[in-house]
Amino acid sequence: MHEMGIAMQIVEICTASIPKEAGDIRVARINLEVGKLSAIVPESLTFCFQIAAQGTPLEGAELNIEEIPVEAVCRKCGHRFTIENPAFSCPSCSDSDIQMISGRELDIKSIEIPDEGGS
Amino acid sequence: MEIPGFKTLFRPHREGHGKRGGRHTHPHGAGGAGDAENSAPETRTIPVVRRVLDVNEAMARQNREMFSGKGIFVINVMSSPGSGKTTLLVKTLSHLMPEVRCAVIVGDICTTNDADRLAESGAPVVQVNTDEFGGDCHLAAHVIENATRAIDLDNLDLLIVENVGNLVCPAEFDIGEDARAVVLSVTEGEDKPLKYPLMFRVCDVALLSKIDLLPHLDFDIDEAERSILQVKPDMPILRVSSRTGDGFDAWIDWLKARIRQKKEQPLQ
Repeated sequence: MHEMGIAMQIVEICTASIPKEAGDIRVARINLEVGKLSAIVPESLTFCFQIAAQGTPLEGAELNIEEIPVEAVCRKCGHRFTIENPAFSCPSCSDSDIQMISGRELDIKSIEIPDEGGS
Repeated sequence: MEIPGFKTLFRPHREGHGKRGGRHTHPHGAGGAGDAENSAPETRTIPVVRRVLDVNEAMARQNREMFSGKGIFVINVMSSPGSGKTTLLVKTLSHLMPEVRCAVIVGDICTTNDADRLAESGAPVVQVNTDEFGGDCHLAAHVIENATRAIDLDNLDLLIVENVGNLVCPAEFDIGEDARAVVLSVTEGEDKPLKYPLMFRVCDVALLSKIDLLPHLDFDIDEAERSILQVKPDMPILRVSSRTGDGFDAWIDWLKARIRQKKEQPLQ
């Protein structure tokens, strides 16, 4: 629901990440990790990003979203598992003392820019 | 898609800055991915490695330090629209004040109706209309920081933040609070915790509100509790009615214990 705000943050962070010496270039691709537990709908984010990127060096860039599964480890028995539905307890020993390992990511990993001149 | 503020965000980009810098506008959208793939051999990758929300998280840390320095317990109250948050908070304030010095920050997309109702308690109330921030569906840390400037933080024990009614986005935004409460009314579905797991997962206490209506409803309160515990097995669940006052003793005790604890260890 707040994908537009997120898209604008992505544009801001990525624009600031373009090396100065690259000059007036366009970003080809943005590699993003989005956890499945985050309140982000990838389709919606892609749509908002296209709008937010207009008039910036990110316009037309591909937003490559890698969805990260929700993983947890049981503090009691050490079992590591993927949570597919909202049941937050260990499938092995049923204990509820679990530690979340992944699933809440909303991270920009990298941007890809044209290697013009190929020096 | 009916998202308030969406259009206002949409317009400036499209009409205002669309041709900034006289840049040639590439066709994009469907062909975007293919183009990028074709040009992949000629691109170089620049590592960024940043959390998209790190600006908010840094601001939240700053808020948390500020509140801790002053020994103020901050609770972020979240729910879907219409769960009875404001009524619950009006009643909560009447139980706590004047013994506990309270203030409220209330977020809504539009109107000051909730703030007007809360202000009758005598507590300082700051209304944040997120409309100005693009009709945001949640309160972010910088909005809280800004709102606290209108509050006398040196004479305060409890800051209640009534978030925008929404079970999705507020869960994602740390505002520098000590605890998060989620309110689920018995006029909603018992399975809401399963539909919005992140919200219930990030909260420290759940209030089942409007329990005075139970005799008139088919709502299965035990099933609702099971749903909450499925998402967060150690969640304290309090059944309350703002109308009759049922269950308020436990809720007020829960709050007072934490307010006291925060006062005793102001600098964590």
